[in-house]
Amino acid sequence: MLKILKYSFYDLMRSRWSYVYFLFYLLLGFVLLFLNNDVNKAVITLMNIIIVLTPLIGTIFGVMYYYNSKEFTELLLAQPINRKKIFMGQYVGISLSLTLSLVLGLGIPFILYGLFKSTAIFNFTLLLIVGSFLNFIFVALSYNIALSTENKIKGFGYAILMWLFLAVIYDGVFLISLVMFDEYPLDKFSLIATMLNPIDLSRILILLKLDISALLGYTGAVFRKFFGTNFGMLISMSILVLWVIFPIFRMNRKLKRKDF
Amino acid sequence: MIQFKNIHKRFGKLTVLDGLDLDIKKGGIFAILGPNGSGKTTLIKCLLGMVIPNKGDITFEGKSVLKKWEYRNNLNYLPQIANFPPNLTVIELINMVKNLRPKSSNEQELIQLFGLKSFLNKKLGNLSGGTKQKVNLVLTFMFDSDLIILDEPTTGLDPISLIHLKELIQKEKEKGKTILITTHIMSFVNEVADEIVFLLDGKIYFKGSIDELKKQTNNNNLEHAIANLISKQYA
Repeated sequence: MLKILKYSFYDLMRSRWSYVYFLFYLLLGFVLLFLNNDVNKAVITLMNIIIVLTPLIGTIFGVMYYYNSKEFTELLLAQPINRKKIFMGQYVGISLSLTLSLVLGLGIPFILYGLFKSTAIFNFTLLLIVGSFLNFIFVALSYNIALSTENKIKGFGYAILMWLFLAVIYDGVFLISLVMFDEYPLDKFSLIATMLNPIDLSRILILLKLDISALLGYTGAVFRKFFGTNFGMLISMSILVLWVIFPIFRMNRKLKRKDF
Repeated sequence: MIQFKNIHKRFGKLTVLDGLDLDIKKGGIFAILGPNGSGKTTLIKCLLGMVIPNKGDITFEGKSVLKKWEYRNNLNYLPQIANFPPNLTVIELINMVKNLRPKSSNEQELIQLFGLKSFLNKKLGNLSGGTKQKVNLVLTFMFDSDLIILDEPTTGLDPISLIHLKELIQKEKEKGKTILITTHIMSFVNEVADEIVFLLDGKIYFKGSIDELKKQTNNNNLEHAIANLISKQYA
């Protein structure tokens, strides 16, 4: 598996897009710090971008890589390598190279700006951890879609729809249901609904660690009580891990029966 | 050496292999023939573990191959369409495949034979179809394995390379290897094949030597004899 990982990683590192992605984050980091003049504020703005953008890039990269390397994968399948290892190697290769672009692209400007002397270091680290998780989650989800869809165009469509659903539509439905069922106790419902969407979960997780949760009002208090504690943090992190494990599990199950 | 036992494979509603039985002995060149869409590639991919049969069992050197992968170390496969990662150079690809297979290889000799020396540092995306096929052949023949599977090996090759390919196949045969070939070029079959396996309607329709086939169809020309077999499908 390590050999496949190495080659996928090199292959991606050589492609132009990894650099574009890296340079984008680098530029973003510098611009935000320049405009905000404050590491703490920059982290908040950054969160809003990361939470929508990393899933989108992860989804597109995952689907694109799968369909583009299809013939090459077939070449590998005829070699004495376990099927599972080929795909796990590719998956980890993509996720790692994306994560590297994210961490380096944002890390460099923040370190240059004096991150280590700032109080925001913990929040910033959390942001990078959550961003990395989102990379791993959405590459896995998009690989699942690509494995199940023979047609490239359809696969691309489904993957983008999945991202749109989790990043935008889910929130809309969630808000509407909160308004509709206004008269019922909704704490549990909103907690669980947040857990079921990795993007929402990441957002809440970071918001509550930043000192702006007072803005969230009553619901914020409920969330704060849950997520703000170490226990809540542990639970949410485990759920993010589950969001990685479950798609990988399904990927391997699908692989056992797939024809190439 | 290879046994297919009652292999069934369906893709959706389309039945490709329908209770196929085939026994291939060690040593010699076997041509797998059949009309378009008769399941030649599917049969080969079943053996390689790329396509998983709905029913039946395949054994290679006495052991079942289903859900296994180690056995692939003892076979070489030439895929039908050679599409490689366009970012890699020829030499990088060769080194990579070598790296994946812990086996000695003689790629230098083959690079020389097919005149690929000047292409080694070119990216695969910039090569012509015939050159890609030559790279494909190098990757297939550079390892020493008991079984060699060639899916349409002649595609895009120039006459000189074709002669080299035939010599290569004969040389491997003399070493006592088993070679499976699918092709539509009958003159190629006539020249190299020891035995013919003819697929029709997902089953083995004929298996035997070229002479037996000619006798059975009352035809002295192999091309016509095969056409005779295929025409039965259209009748």
